Amino acid sequence: MTQLLLLALGASLVNNFVLSNFLGLCPFVGVSRRFEAAAGMALATLFVLTIASGLSFALWQWVLVPLGMEYLRTLGFILLIAGVVQFTEIMVRATSPLLHQLLGIFLPLITTNCAVLGVALLNVERQHGLLESLVFGASAGAGFGIALLLFTALRERLALADVPAAFRGTPVALVTAGLMALAFMGFAGLGTR
Amino acid sequence: MNTDAILWALAVAAVLAAVVGSALGWAASHIRPDDDPLVARIDALLPQTQCGQCQFAGCRPYATAIAAGAADINRCPPGGEHTVRAIATLLDRPVCPPDPAYGVTKRPQVAWIDEERCIGCARCLPACPVDAIVGASRQMHTVIAAQCTGCELCLPPCPVDCIELRPAGPAVGNARRVA
Repeated sequence: MTQLLLLALGASLVNNFVLSNFLGLCPFVGVSRRFEAAAGMALATLFVLTIASGLSFALWQWVLVPLGMEYLRTLGFILLIAGVVQFTEIMVRATSPLLHQLLGIFLPLITTNCAVLGVALLNVERQHGLLESLVFGASAGAGFGIALLLFTALRERLALADVPAAFRGTPVALVTAGLMALAFMGFAGLGTR
Repeated sequence: MNTDAILWALAVAAVLAAVVGSALGWAASHIRPDDDPLVARIDALLPQTQCGQCQFAGCRPYATAIAAGAADINRCPPGGEHTVRAIATLLDRPVCPPDPAYGVTKRPQVAWIDEERCIGCARCLPACPVDAIVGASRQMHTVIAAQCTGCELCLPPCPVDCIELRPAGPAVGNARRVA
């Protein structure tokens, strides 16, 4: 139990996927203009990450390893992730057309969110069990969501700030992301895994 | 590594793709999106004045009601005969004249605020369905003519009756969509 808690803490805060592993930067910069869209993106990514890490564990443990085809993992995981993302899109369109419009192209782009593939591959590399994989995926998604929501809130304020012309738009956003990454280094004292 | 191993790997990848694909196909056919394309097509024919004269909250709710068969197609005074005819063609129904019970068709119009008399009470702001009135409390208000649909919903709340409707220019507001 303690181990699971440490795993969750490590994946969501200490080794935050966005701010210390620099995975999933595309939606981090792309969907951080409006808070509603960012909240939707965070939830969708959390959903996809959790499901995909569970399914990829199943694929790895019960299909690829018994068949001796470990080398197929990248291809297999990408296929699974693409499937889960497509399923999520169907779900979002059915339940919330407004959110579907807000997220637009970024919803299918979760497929290429390297955090998702990263979690699946890290699960295999660190030999996580099913429960550990699920916890790792969910907390990586939560960490991504926390970073994205904080960043979006900052950017919404920045939009009203008097930024020097040379820094307007993406440059100041990247500077902000860098400062956030520095701040997240403070979590390193919480114990690492 | 021999040919057999390559073929097996191909087979495994193909089976995996087939499983994922059929699961998606099943999901796509069983989880229906709510948005009826017919509603969107009817909504596109309505004038988007959001005036509520049809007794629905706006054009889209009216389109939903038409698609569900819950409302007649002749309840839109701003659209007039033109809109009835367009919807009748789309739905393959007989054309009927606009029902006068819901109001009469007027020429395209936009609201205009007499800024001399406006007291800045801001009561017309929430009434406007398209947010075409700018202003704040104790500040003079004005109407963005390009956004105004001429729905007249801002007239009742005004305590000093400083809003009037003027004929819209050819390229302004709803004129573009009605004509």
